[in-house]
Amino acid sequence: MSNPAPNEIPHLLVHEEADNVGVVVVEGLTAGTDMLCCITHDNSTFRLTAGADVPIGHKIALKDIKDGDTAIKYGEDIGKFIADVPQGGHVHTHNCKTKRW
Amino acid sequence: MSKYSNMTFMGFRRENGRVGVRNHVLILPVDDISNAACEAVANNVKGTLAIPHAYGRLQFGEDLELHFRTMIGTGSNPNVHSVVVIGIEPGWTKRIADGIRETGKEVAEFSIEQKGDFETIRAASWAAKDFVHKATEVQKEECSIKELWVSTKCGESDTTTGLGSCPTVGNMYDKLLPEGITGFFGETSEITGAEHICQKRAVNEEVGERWYKMWKAYQDDVIFAHQTDDLSDSQPTKGNIEGGLTTIEEKALGNLEKIGRTSQFIDILEPAEQPQSGDGLYFMDSSSAAAECVTLMAAGGAVIHTFPTGQGNVVGNPIVPVIKITANPRTVRTMGEHVDVDVSGILRREQTIDEAGDALIDMIRRTANGRNTAAEALGHREFSMTKLYRSA
Repeated sequence: MSNPAPNEIPHLLVHEEADNVGVVVVEGLTAGTDMLCCITHDNSTFRLTAGADVPIGHKIALKDIKDGDTAIKYGEDIGKFIADVPQGGHVHTHNCKTKRW
Repeated sequence: MSKYSNMTFMGFRRENGRVGVRNHVLILPVDDISNAACEAVANNVKGTLAIPHAYGRLQFGEDLELHFRTMIGTGSNPNVHSVVVIGIEPGWTKRIADGIRETGKEVAEFSIEQKGDFETIRAASWAAKDFVHKATEVQKEECSIKELWVSTKCGESDTTTGLGSCPTVGNMYDKLLPEGITGFFGETSEITGAEHICQKRAVNEEVGERWYKMWKAYQDDVIFAHQTDDLSDSQPTKGNIEGGLTTIEEKALGNLEKIGRTSQFIDILEPAEQPQSGDGLYFMDSSSAAAECVTLMAAGGAVIHTFPTGQGNVVGNPIVPVIKITANPRTVRTMGEHVDVDVSGILRREQTIDEAGDALIDMIRRTANGRNTAAEALGHREFSMTKLYRSA
């Protein structure tokens, strides 16, 4: 855990400690950005390098992910990965899908 | 006692004791072919509001009951002072007018057959003008916050709604339900993926089991009966996906943030049904389409609607003020005219959920006192009936 600079605005918010994805909350995030990430449940922070240009609202993998892994957000199962995703990579409909339909 | 226990607002107390925050004289068509007469009356008499819609002919069974319930509930809403009902024939017209009369408010009914539009419009305009004079003389009185019935439904959700605007509504419910307000949430299809969590938020096991049966019936009778390959073009919607939501589960978990951390629902309502079990939170079996859902909840008696949005849904309602809340800074920047409560500070960690909840409660109080919402100022009056199946 690093200490954020005073008044630094987070780039990525994560709901729960158990989650393996976080949400980009700034516009115009570019690959290579050293992101300040915040877990909203306990306000703890960490750093992660963005692996891609990711639009605001879209998700980023918090660790290396394997095809078939379960996507966890809110501490809950939100679907399955259908491709490998590297840590920092963009997570969306191209590599993650509901298990339901 | 909380800091909200003594909160009051200036509202319109109706004959049945309920309190409204608007004072509409409604011109209500029974059916689609009476829309023109209703709009003509509303044009003749300023200060009235016609709410045209697409249905009301040859419906039957449960679908017809829903039509009557929506019509009667809309006219009965405490935001409505009085109602002119116009239908093509007198039978169903009387049924709706009599249903609204049970609230004690004034209703005048007119039917078109054997008179034509001209004569109907002439007679209905006189009644509407009389109602406007009476409505504009009604004085507001001080009412307790607990007399508010507040509904919620989110739209054009994205990942920011689950982080910011939905938890803001949830915080409001966690604070105001203990004060005795009546609350509504719903969106049956959009709980899919969070049904195991929603069921546990019922006040007891019996209500939870009834809720699950209702949810399962929707899955079996509607989704599985009509799905093609999947719902990937509808749930999540194209707008949801643009905003970063990937699966229905992710969407549902964000959606359910609207009932906060501690709130429990005490009963389940049919679409457009009015609560009968006292103060508390109700789940209404309802469409997840914004205008339909707000229309059903208004017919159920809600007088203010709280509407979290991510990508910027612009919906309004003719009789219920719809308060828009967003946490998405891009939506605030590009669609600011639609936003009543900006909670984008939550994403910057400059604002807590608790502070955002307080800001929403303040906006609810101001809206109840008469502040026009963005949707009202922009003329958003979407009145969308839910139809269950084909007419006869």
